Amino acid sequence: MSTQGLEATASPAFPSVDRGRLVSTLGVLVGVALLLVFVAAPLITIFLKSLQNDSGTFVGLDNFVRYFSSAGLIQSLYNSVQIALTVTVIACGLAFCYAYALTRTCMPFRGLFRAIAMIPILAPSLLSAIALIYLFGNQGMIRELLFGNSVYGPIGIVLGITFYVFPHVLMIMVTALSSADARLYEAAEAMGTSRWRVFWTITVPGARYGLISAGFVVFTLTITDFGVPKVIGGNFNVLATDIYKQVVGQQSFSMGAVVGLILLFPAILSFSVDRIVRKRQVAQMSARAVPYVPQPSKGRDRAFFVFCSLVSVFLIGILGTAVFASLVTYWPYNLSLTLAHYDFNAVDPNGWSSFTNSLEMAAWTALIGTCVIFLGAYFVEKADTLPFARGLLHMLAMIPMAVPGLVLGLAYVFFFSTPTNPLSGIYGTMAILVLSTVVHFYTVAHLSFVTALKQLDKEFEAVSASLKVPAYKTMLRVHVPICLPLILNVAIYLFLNAMTTVSAAVFLYAPDTKLASIAVLNMDDVGDQAPASAMAIMIVLTSVSVKLLQVVVTRSLLARSSAWRNRDTA
Amino acid sequence: MNMAAKRPNRVRPAAFVAPQDAPSHDAFLEIHNVSKRFGDFHALTDISLTVERGTFVCFLGPSGCGKTTLLRSIAGLERQSSGRIIQDGRDISNLPPSQRDFGIVFQSYSLFPNLTVNANVGYGLVNQGLPKAQIAARVQELLELVHLPSSGPKYPAALSGGEQQRVALARALAMQPGLLLLDEPLSALDAKVRVDLRHEMKQLQRRLGVTTIMVTHDQEEALALADVVVVMSKGNIEQVGTPMEVYANPQSAFVADFVGHMNLLRGTVQPDGTVRIGSRTLSLDSNQVEGLSGDVLVSFRPEDVMFRGLDAATDNQLQGYIESVDFLGAFSRARVRVDGFDGAVFEADLSANMLRDFGVDAGSTLPLALPRDRICIYPGNERTAGLVKTSGEGRA
Amino acid sequence: MGTVSKTFGRVVGLAAAAALATTLSVSARETITVYTAVEPEELQGFAEAFQADNPDYEIQWVRDSTGVVTAKLLAEGENSPADIVWGLAATSLLMMAERGMLEPYAPAGVEKLSPALMDKQDPPRWVGQRAWVASVCVNTYEAEAKGLPMPATWEDLTNPVYKGHIIMPNPASSGTGFLDVSSWMQIWGEEKAWDYMDRLHENIGIYSHSGSAPCKMAGRGEYPIGISFAYKGAQLKGEGAPVEVVAPSEGLGWDLESFAILKSAKNKAGAKALADWSVTERANRMYNEAYAVVAMPGIATPVEHFPANIEEKMIDNDFAWAAENRARILEEWEKRYGSKSAPK
Repeated sequence: MSTQGLEATASPAFPSVDRGRLVSTLGVLVGVALLLVFVAAPLITIFLKSLQNDSGTFVGLDNFVRYFSSAGLIQSLYNSVQIALTVTVIACGLAFCYAYALTRTCMPFRGLFRAIAMIPILAPSLLSAIALIYLFGNQGMIRELLFGNSVYGPIGIVLGITFYVFPHVLMIMVTALSSADARLYEAAEAMGTSRWRVFWTITVPGARYGLISAGFVVFTLTITDFGVPKVIGGNFNVLATDIYKQVVGQQSFSMGAVVGLILLFPAILSFSVDRIVRKRQVAQMSARAVPYVPQPSKGRDRAFFVFCSLVSVFLIGILGTAVFASLVTYWPYNLSLTLAHYDFNAVDPNGWSSFTNSLEMAAWTALIGTCVIFLGAYFVEKADTLPFARGLLHMLAMIPMAVPGLVLGLAYVFFFSTPTNPLSGIYGTMAILVLSTVVHFYTVAHLSFVTALKQLDKEFEAVSASLKVPAYKTMLRVHVPICLPLILNVAIYLFLNAMTTVSAAVFLYAPDTKLASIAVLNMDDVGDQAPASAMAIMIVLTSVSVKLLQVVVTRSLLARSSAWRNRDTA
Repeated sequence: MNMAAKRPNRVRPAAFVAPQDAPSHDAFLEIHNVSKRFGDFHALTDISLTVERGTFVCFLGPSGCGKTTLLRSIAGLERQSSGRIIQDGRDISNLPPSQRDFGIVFQSYSLFPNLTVNANVGYGLVNQGLPKAQIAARVQELLELVHLPSSGPKYPAALSGGEQQRVALARALAMQPGLLLLDEPLSALDAKVRVDLRHEMKQLQRRLGVTTIMVTHDQEEALALADVVVVMSKGNIEQVGTPMEVYANPQSAFVADFVGHMNLLRGTVQPDGTVRIGSRTLSLDSNQVEGLSGDVLVSFRPEDVMFRGLDAATDNQLQGYIESVDFLGAFSRARVRVDGFDGAVFEADLSANMLRDFGVDAGSTLPLALPRDRICIYPGNERTAGLVKTSGEGRA
Repeated sequence: MGTVSKTFGRVVGLAAAAALATTLSVSARETITVYTAVEPEELQGFAEAFQADNPDYEIQWVRDSTGVVTAKLLAEGENSPADIVWGLAATSLLMMAERGMLEPYAPAGVEKLSPALMDKQDPPRWVGQRAWVASVCVNTYEAEAKGLPMPATWEDLTNPVYKGHIIMPNPASSGTGFLDVSSWMQIWGEEKAWDYMDRLHENIGIYSHSGSAPCKMAGRGEYPIGISFAYKGAQLKGEGAPVEVVAPSEGLGWDLESFAILKSAKNKAGAKALADWSVTERANRMYNEAYAVVAMPGIATPVEHFPANIEEKMIDNDFAWAAENRARILEEWEKRYGSKSAPK
């Protein structure tokens, strides 16, 4: 061995610092720390709170015992489950047929129908409830359709939530039905199988994971939605409104925590089932599958066209009614149109500032959320250190999906309002609204990024290390540009949800940070339904503009990158 | 070259180069006692190896043998559990990949899809802050080197698989690394492209003289490309040698089985130094069975079965019954059964003109011999690559 | 054991504070943060008048229903951004006084107010501003169309003819709802009041969350009869809604819109300035624009569209009793009426 070699071999006493590894180690650790503080810690606090009485003394399971011995609260639990099951059946049925029409028929205007189905995503869930009152309330335009039944209660809740969850279920169903393998249908046709049998033996089993997944998603969305039952629930109590009443009406925070934890239970259950089912679904799809292309069939296409038209009329009708409600001078006595209800300063001390607050909050949520979630997913997927911490980071990132917004909001109140908490400074500020909203919608965004990053070549990091280029530069030059359409999509997703969300924010807004969606809730609460509709319409208009902007930007992005993107990802 | 089979050499360190404790002054990469564990799984067990400057080395073995893990340890993409790696006199054992000196090419090409070929090849150079003109000139030079002079402005998606891999090769060479690492670079390509590119890679390596390590599971590729083949199995090095050595003189039943085509028959060593298969006896040189007794594996290659020039002096003459013949173009491969071999069947290669001369066909019988210097004997309990079933258990 | 979550919060929070040492709290140099349950449309006028008299300060309103404001304050505790609570039910302020959240302060000129309408301690922890009084709003148009007689008493409302046509605020969430329930108990005694509510419940269409909503619903005819408070009815009538405000003859529940300075106030000087202004004659005259009963004697003039002699019908309200028994009453109320599976 040469002398040079000997010297070199003898000197690694100070192992040189690997800056790339240091950055990713720090990144993973910061990510874990952030999620521990903003996800795990508040949830632990709400759990501890449920074991205390209102003056903070530890009482064990007393609160739970009290809950389960109170007939009223048990009734709410029963009501919630009943409503959730009903909505699940109705929404899944409708969405399945609608998705079937979009993916498996040659019905005309499929693109248009698909766009119409997305309307509810653009509006706060309260909008549908207010519109339903104008349609089916005691002075409703078409109340006769309910044959004397009151819209205030289960009927209204079911209708309102079905409207609100429809696009969410539809997207899952469309995905499930799109992944059909044409070869199976060709084989069935070759054997002369009847259409009905093909449907039950190929179509339904092929989409069954989608159906199960959709069912659980609807169930959870329904049982945790607060806006619709608050506005149209009448005396029909559900768990979500119970939390609000326990906390706001009776100032019983520990009981609120108890109901919150109970609400957490179905959410976690459905979340777990959904995860398992999704894994199977991925395994089920074979890479060699040939996409199914529907053939025209006059009778079937016409029938589905009629069906989709009816659903679309309902969806557009709800939105149209809300627009109408916001413009009518004094329903039902003075039907002349006016823009007076848009003068929010006249009915609400926060006036238009709630709207600008919402814009600001949504913008911050989109900006901070997209960056943080992308980095988090990047470290989970691409960092080459701390496998345990990365696993933990991924696990923490999955939690928010199982936490209803109300529970999250309440947990934030408990955790951040404690004066001894050094972070209590963010309580009552825009920051806590942004943080809670980012956390609330973290999981879906995280999963999208992880999936996208997984599809990138796993050796990019190795290649750039060999070329002496730090990993972060490669992330910026390669990963980010490739994921750009998705990044934009996630930013818009966060923006829209921030505009429409009520549940977490309702406990967290403060003097100068009231949001438009909260203003809708408050104005409806004091009976000012016309201005409430007007504010909801402002939210819809914003959402639509942002969505259109996204379409334009994405299109130009894809056009510019079409040279290297071989597949169209629009 | 000594054609006589030896008892497998159980000493691990590199045989081709000088022994590890006295490395020649030309040693470029030294691997000392490297082990890697993933939990309970031992991916690498106490690997030691020396690579000479400027050589083309292939790590050859079935999947899961640890060859890729060893390559990634050299690159720093995996951290060895113990042991040291010294490159060009520098202990790189604990250095991150970015502080080592290598270029790397992966099976998946790993080109950045959103960057042009020029940007891909110049990726590392740009980061070095070199002047633009200099980068452009260097990139062009590299593209010419890989015979893609005009593909610079294209995106990877517009290139074929073979072209993409050439770009990846150019990119790996851009920083003038001391060590070029190739991780199954040809596996994703079509057979024809694979052979062409293989040839080019070999020439390129010769021209540049860059020390190169390639991982492959394709023994033909390894034999064709490498100066030195390192055969690996289950985290161990089975044999290190030139392609010829490894082929002609496999040091273990595993290597014999894995590299090239090999007949393996079960036999027993007799006290007189012969080996008995069924009721037949094969005579061998005494050094071939030195230290062996009881059950052994008797191996010989199909092309070493002798049909011509048999005379009274020829050892190990047998009467072969041809069960079937597979026509393979330049030659044909026959399945041969020998009376008294306990039903064991082996393969023998017959040239086209031999087929014609002897009129061989399925069902014919003809005399043959197994030349003793072409036979290798391994202990009967030795592991094979599992590619062929050892005869005696019937080779279906 | 009670501090488990606090300690936990501190530990976790401290760990993160280093990374996120950003206090985004708004500097409150000239701003007074005021929590209020006063009807939103009045707030602008009060703020302008106060700021005209005190140019150094600017009011930032946080307005919500009585229940929400109360809950918020109790939840936020010492961490509340509020400097002063203004126009909140005395019953709610009593709960906060009990928890020691309020700073005793005697505003300059407080002696001019009627002593019955403020805290008995000296200096008072809270001071009443004006009373809001229960009333019934009846949509005359819908009443005629549906053939409903005009009710004159609380008892009338249990007439089966009104079945499903009455809306009343849920006492659990609405201050107005609670003052109705507590007044019926003070008028008739608890047992009879429960009996009355059992019968009234048969006629209730829905219980609303807010106190003003019933009157607005009545105004739109959604439910022709709304148990609410006089001011809202009078205002709607003023706007031309087909509404009549009825003051039932048995007696009217009422509560005091009151103010109190918080111990945790960051801008105490500002809070005191608003407190001082709030007992002035000018302020009391403004209170009177919408409410018939104000804290300063001899100021009140009759308010348009208010039922006549409303003051005489106000019961002798025992706030302390109401505050003390609030939790118990609400629990019983929830048990009896809170969980009906469907509206009548």
